[in-house]
Amino acid sequence: MELIQQLVNGLSLGSIYALIALGYTMVYGIVKLINFAHGDVFMVGAFVGFYSITILELPFLPALLISMIVCAIFGVLIERIAYKPLRNATRIAALITAIGVSLLIEYGMIYIRGAQPEAYPNDVMPTSKIDILGVSISSQSLLIFFVAIVLMIILQFVVHKTKIGKAMRAVSFDADAARLMGINVNNTISATFAIGSALAGAAGVIFGIYYIKIEPLMGIIPGLKAFVAAVLGGIGIIPGAMVGGLLLGVIEALVSAAGFSLWRDGVAFVVLILILIFRPQGLFGKNKREKV
Amino acid sequence: MTILKRAKGFWLSILLSCIFFTIIQTMISGGLLNPFYQNTIMLIGINIILAASLHLIIGITGQFSIGHAGFLAVGAYASAIMTMKLEMPFFVSLLVGGLMAALAGLIIGIPSLRLKGDYLAIATLGFGEIVRIVLLNIDYVGGASGMQVSHLTTWPWVFASVLLTILVIRNFTSSTHGRACISIREDETAADSMGINTTYYKVVAFAIGAFLAGIAGGLYAHNFYIILPSNFGFLKSFDILIFVVLGGLGSLSGAVLAAILLTVVTTFLQDYPETRMIIYSLVLIIMMIYRPQGLLGTKEFTSFFKRKGGHKHDNEQTIA
Repeated sequence: MELIQQLVNGLSLGSIYALIALGYTMVYGIVKLINFAHGDVFMVGAFVGFYSITILELPFLPALLISMIVCAIFGVLIERIAYKPLRNATRIAALITAIGVSLLIEYGMIYIRGAQPEAYPNDVMPTSKIDILGVSISSQSLLIFFVAIVLMIILQFVVHKTKIGKAMRAVSFDADAARLMGINVNNTISATFAIGSALAGAAGVIFGIYYIKIEPLMGIIPGLKAFVAAVLGGIGIIPGAMVGGLLLGVIEALVSAAGFSLWRDGVAFVVLILILIFRPQGLFGKNKREKV
Repeated sequence: MTILKRAKGFWLSILLSCIFFTIIQTMISGGLLNPFYQNTIMLIGINIILAASLHLIIGITGQFSIGHAGFLAVGAYASAIMTMKLEMPFFVSLLVGGLMAALAGLIIGIPSLRLKGDYLAIATLGFGEIVRIVLLNIDYVGGASGMQVSHLTTWPWVFASVLLTILVIRNFTSSTHGRACISIREDETAADSMGINTTYYKVVAFAIGAFLAGIAGGLYAHNFYIILPSNFGFLKSFDILIFVVLGGLGSLSGAVLAAILLTVVTTFLQDYPETRMIIYSLVLIIMMIYRPQGLLGTKEFTSFFKRKGGHKHDNEQTIA
């Protein structure tokens, strides 16, 4: 029963990773950029959610929506200001800029409000335990999992059934050809950033509710792990990010359960290096041959 | 004739740097420099070694590595174990620190250097984090509370290490091996088709860079009385990266200049760490948008004194 308990914990943690990983993978799929600032958008989302709940005294759902909207706008701003001028620059230049943006957000946040952590109020969600076949599952775990699944279903709908989703898929397949077909590539890229950042914002709020403590540097480690999840599933592939996130969460929970909780943070990176060596295209990716 | 001329420039810069060394040494022993300035000078030296070693990996070989603090940590802990636990002399401990870091470089380099660009960056970043977490969990080296190290780093050690580092990198760059590395930076596929064993040269450059970073780690550990795993996180790697990026990807003197400049800036902004990071990150973003090749690009400092951009000369002047 202990094991199932850990699996449930792993799945709720994994769904947070999956939500962040979706943003990474969508952005990478469309502009081939590792958006290092994505983990910090997640942090901003957690803080926006926190202030909406404490200062504006909103319940969970409106706070989640506000956080998603603010993060979407924030993500578009980052893209327009920092990444757009570098659309045709080298990959390394873009990567360095992304690291710069990430640090700017982190330390800008510390500069504005100080480095002290905040605690999410614990009455946002009922914290009852539900017993299913002898396994007690907290309602929060279920809620996190539920919110994540709903958001992923909405995302699948947007990507596969709407016009903007079709444009996104076209641009990620071949940006020049898409431009020739009359797709506004810049707007499509901005939309991708907006959707990815909104998901990260939602992840921030549910992270805050689940783990209580939030601080300006909280985005670094979950951000990196979510990236690992995206690579694990195959970067650029949306279902891959979901599965990768959940898988990583479960792996971490199992490592903790085996008594190595201090090593938990290292496991993700070991997984990363192993996957990069043995299957760099990820679990769902296709092997592409390099052409000269 | 040209060989003589080149040799002349070389010996001249060695002479200049020796004079510089003596001046600083007399100032330290004469008590003209207070401990604060002495510490800043040590830090500048250590940072120059780090910048130069990362320059070899990123600037010359074109392999984007952002886990350099991992090698620094390996070197720091290995050398601290040598002096504190095994009571070896400082020189041996520096050497062991360098060798252990080079070994780590080989272990991480051989599998991950098959990756390119972004993937390599992430793999090295993952490596840096793994090193930190492993150190955090080993009780032998103190875990999270860190390890006490006696203060052994003195100006002659730092100076000798900096001089050797710069000589090694400069000579490596202008050797056959260095040219092979540059060709990998310019176009890996083309280099491969010209018969260059790209994996071999990438691993060699990685191992040399790691070795030098390990030596810097030894100096670092014995300069600060205590080393903590949290000193070697992602932010430390980033600090080293910005030296190379600001100085110019591919310019040794640029990296050295940037290391000096930013260490001084950091020392002055010590009480305002957030401001420092904000300035750093803004510099990085603006730099990438308006001057992605860095301050000096691939030029060397000495080439400004010549009519033609001929041989790459020594960079000793830039230290002084």
